[in-house]
Amino acid sequence: MIAIVDYGAGNLVSVKKALDWLGQECAITSSPGEVAKAVKIVLPGVGHFASTAALAQSGLQDAIADAIGRGIPFLGICVGMQWMFERSQESPKTCGLGVLSGECERFPGSVKSPHVGWNQLEVDPSSRLLRGVPSSSFVYFTHSFRVPLIETTVACCEYGGRFSAAVERDHLFGVQFHPEKSGTIGLKMLGKFCAL
Amino acid sequence: MLTKRIIACLDVDGGRVVKGVQFENLRDAGDPAELAKVHSESGADEIVLLDISAAHERRATLLETVRRAARQLFIPFTVGGGIRTLEDAAAVFLAGADKISINSAALADPTVITRVAERFGSQAVVVAIDAKRAEGALHWEAFTHGGRTSAGRDAIAWAREAESRGAGEILLTSMDRDGTGAGFDCELTRCVADAVRIPVIASGGAGGAQHFVEVFIEGHADAALAASIFHYGFSRIADLKQQLGAQGIPVRWPC
Repeated sequence: MIAIVDYGAGNLVSVKKALDWLGQECAITSSPGEVAKAVKIVLPGVGHFASTAALAQSGLQDAIADAIGRGIPFLGICVGMQWMFERSQESPKTCGLGVLSGECERFPGSVKSPHVGWNQLEVDPSSRLLRGVPSSSFVYFTHSFRVPLIETTVACCEYGGRFSAAVERDHLFGVQFHPEKSGTIGLKMLGKFCAL
Repeated sequence: MLTKRIIACLDVDGGRVVKGVQFENLRDAGDPAELAKVHSESGADEIVLLDISAAHERRATLLETVRRAARQLFIPFTVGGGIRTLEDAAAVFLAGADKISINSAALADPTVITRVAERFGSQAVVVAIDAKRAEGALHWEAFTHGGRTSAGRDAIAWAREAESRGAGEILLTSMDRDGTGAGFDCELTRCVADAVRIPVIASGGAGGAQHFVEVFIEGHADAALAASIFHYGFSRIADLKQQLGAQGIPVRWPC
């Protein structure tokens, strides 16, 4: 079973719908016990970085950290990806999981924020999640903060400068865009994650 | 590069698309779920479903329609019409919508914008503004209840307030142009788009590809929405996107 982690922030139906479409056994859950039993974990995220504080309070963070330690594949989407890092300028007091090092930052004042709509990826061909996804593919973004380019970046995007559209290290994957809302190409990426 | 979005709108009454549709090879041209899928496959960047009946007894029908449409839709999906409370919004999200669009209820009680944004995120809250030009001035008034009632609010000031209360996008319809096919109101769109930092979706008046070019360049719109021309004028949104691309407008094509 793939656990879609529900920590009370936002709408998880679209991720569930996409995994259902792919024929995957999955469930939306807020139970650390269920997360502990999952074969894969997806952490969707919308809204504010501060809302991820609920993960630590509910015991979900420990369950996720433990699963990651056991090699369970993990996919963070949008704020879910940002939470994999140490912190975000959006909510400096909220700690992320910190499995990847770095900080999420604001967009520069030269561009409208949030960054909403379809933008293009520049893909590192060594990525496991994005294998077969051509560079210049369009995916759907909606976010106000971003991860800069770092060592684990496997796809970047240009909007007020280049930033990390996807990061990857071992069995940890993060995407700033919404694969569940990115049409056929997004479903293909989710399919890759499910097949790991 | 961030592309300009082309949004297909389905006006739904009692579970059926109204305004008429003339697609070929459709089993049922009035079925919102099937039309949403057709538009998505032909290159729409988003789908907006507006329940124009919004009568209370029809809410259950609407939710079932949303569920059926959402099941096979993997692009952003916005639902509007008759959403008054956080509970109404939650039911629509649970049925599979990614964003809700609110108009009259937000004008009646602007705190509903903040309540929905705090629970579901600003990216999920679209405030729809129906704007009508006041006589002889660079000034537009916001209307409610399908354009029947003046809200007594300046449309630009209301857009700014909606942003400050947590709206993630503005869906701006020109009542003067809606249904005319005479082109978007670029002046209105530019005034609102320049007044806020959130994306503005232009609506009302689309009649041909040139109108989209104008509203993106002169109107500073981030996205443009149309209903009837996608049903009658262009057989495929792909055709429109090809024409926009040829004129230097960044669009998601091929998708």
